[in-house]
Amino acid sequence: MTDRIEQRINSLNKRLNSEKRFRIYCIGAMSFALAWVLILFLNIFSSGYSAFYRTVIQVDVPFLNLIEDTTQFSEMSSEDINNLSMYSFSKKAIYGLFPDIEEKKDKKMLIRLFSIEFEQEIREFLKSNKSNINETETIYLTASDDVDQVNKGNYPRDLDEDKRRIKDIQLLFFDDLVDRGLVSYEFNLPFLMRGDSREPELAGVGGSIVGSLFTILVVLILSFPIGIFAAIYLEEFAPKNRVTDFIEININNLAAVPSIVFGLLGLGIILNTFGLPRSTPLVGGIVLSLMTLPTIIIATRASLRAVPPSIREGALAVGATKMQAVMHHVVPVAMPGALTGTIIGLAQALGETAPLLLIGMVAFVVDVPQTPLDASASLPVQVYLWSESAERGYVEKTSATIMMLLGFLILMNLAAVLIRRKFETKW
Amino acid sequence: MKSIKIKADNLNVYYGEKQALFDVSMYMEEKQVTALIGPSGCGKSTFIRCLNRMNDVIDICKVQGKIEIDGNDIYAPDMQVEQLRERVGMVFQKPNPFPKSIFENVAYGPRIHGIAEHKSDLEEIVVTSLKKAALFDEVKDRLYDAGTGLSGGQQQRLCIARAISVNPDIILMDEPCSALDPIATARIEELMGDLKTEYTIIIVTHSMQQAARVSSRTGFFHLGKLVEVDKTETIFSNPSDQRTQDYITGRFG
Repeated sequence: MTDRIEQRINSLNKRLNSEKRFRIYCIGAMSFALAWVLILFLNIFSSGYSAFYRTVIQVDVPFLNLIEDTTQFSEMSSEDINNLSMYSFSKKAIYGLFPDIEEKKDKKMLIRLFSIEFEQEIREFLKSNKSNINETETIYLTASDDVDQVNKGNYPRDLDEDKRRIKDIQLLFFDDLVDRGLVSYEFNLPFLMRGDSREPELAGVGGSIVGSLFTILVVLILSFPIGIFAAIYLEEFAPKNRVTDFIEININNLAAVPSIVFGLLGLGIILNTFGLPRSTPLVGGIVLSLMTLPTIIIATRASLRAVPPSIREGALAVGATKMQAVMHHVVPVAMPGALTGTIIGLAQALGETAPLLLIGMVAFVVDVPQTPLDASASLPVQVYLWSESAERGYVEKTSATIMMLLGFLILMNLAAVLIRRKFETKW
Repeated sequence: MKSIKIKADNLNVYYGEKQALFDVSMYMEEKQVTALIGPSGCGKSTFIRCLNRMNDVIDICKVQGKIEIDGNDIYAPDMQVEQLRERVGMVFQKPNPFPKSIFENVAYGPRIHGIAEHKSDLEEIVVTSLKKAALFDEVKDRLYDAGTGLSGGQQQRLCIARAISVNPDIILMDEPCSALDPIATARIEELMGDLKTEYTIIIVTHSMQQAARVSSRTGFFHLGKLVEVDKTETIFSNPSDQRTQDYITGRFG
């Protein structure tokens, strides 16, 4: 008798121990996955956060050298100001930082501390403050990428001079400016507002954010209604036979097709046959819709299938037509699931790169697109473009763009969760 | 002798290859409760679902024979099934209120059929239906709460209110009490007694006591065949078929 009890206890202990081990394996697997996510985030964040501020250098601009009476600016139109010749005036303002420099070569080096758009920046300042310009104004001019990177500590100063883009004399100027308190940081708003640029300090993600938003908008407009209607038909109205089986298999296959294939389809049919404009969010959206449709259809069908059949019967039994039963009762219950599927599909589309490369959304676009018919880049393509660039400024901008992309993805997934929580039918 | 409301004539029903009903012929009297009893899988639910053509939903279901309501063949090609279901309401085994408010549950039928022209008419229909279903007093303060938040018995009465909201002639009840406790069951049975003054009721039930309590005529189904149909007293006291005798005395089923 006691033997049997002992046996039982032993076997129970064995089972409990194996459960403990199993639990440790599971926790281990989860920690491993989590650790990689954490490393990824840390890596991207640590190299990307510095793109959100930029180095500016304070310059005193003597406007009196440009015009006799600075109040006259207030009477000038923007066009008049655009017509003012300001290049050498702007350069002189910068030389004013180091009045002792005589040599032309050194002056050139000094100018190169600044972004090439210094003249434009002074002009913009003049335009937006034209009504009260003093004789001398202090303007914060964007530093060149090299200075920016040195200031952020991303640039090794101890290399030989011929291996550095920034020269010794420039470092001297820079250190002197720092000592005089003229170098400072400010929030990098232009990074969020501007389009791409060949100058790293001037390049922004604004163009690709807008491009991505337009693309997603096109995807939403196309694939949401088509996906929902297709799913409703297949789930509620279509007879169950070989043809619908075949369609179902193909939709599932479509969901597994590599995305670059859709890009080829877009290139061959949408661009070449239909002649829609290349590199545009419209075409990108159409191509990504094809990719998103199966996701939406599968998710919507699953949530339609989850609606208890008794609801359909209840509606039919009071004399509703099949369409009324479906549209009044089944679809509202299934909607949160369908929306969740749609948002997840959109998030996929947002992060998709390969098909966009083939339809030309990989182009270098300086302007922020105004409509879905303007050429534009998108966030993931921007990452791809910048990751290939040599300048140091693009390294942090690549990571910062990934941060923006991840931010949008997290926002969308959050929206999916919230929608599901809020509109889920409580039984 | 009451007038005959529903008449089924040589009804055969197939689910694909499998035959579920064999030559069922019976009639049901107007404004009476007719009970259908029999063991599980005997075809009584199949039969009742033929009466408002709910079986149409099932692709593989095929119906042969004839069912007449007030002398009209309901399987005739020109019969519109939505119109039929407006006249033949149905209450299901498990309460299945819509996941909407109590008011919306009852208002849905009248609304889609265009019965109520004004909002006030609709409100009146909802209140009358809830009263007829003996639910109004319990829910009058929370008409706009979710119908799915009610207790099981209340939900089933809500479904009855929904069925009578479109003013049918006939109410089909497919084991309406099988998911309910005895007290809720008693309330529904009591309700059936009130409703039969206005409606013809067909009820499928597993409980022989319930059949005996509520119905005036009872049909006994077994293996897809209608074994016997007669006055309820006769079925329960002096059945003519041995199988009926065995079933009601609890020897099988």
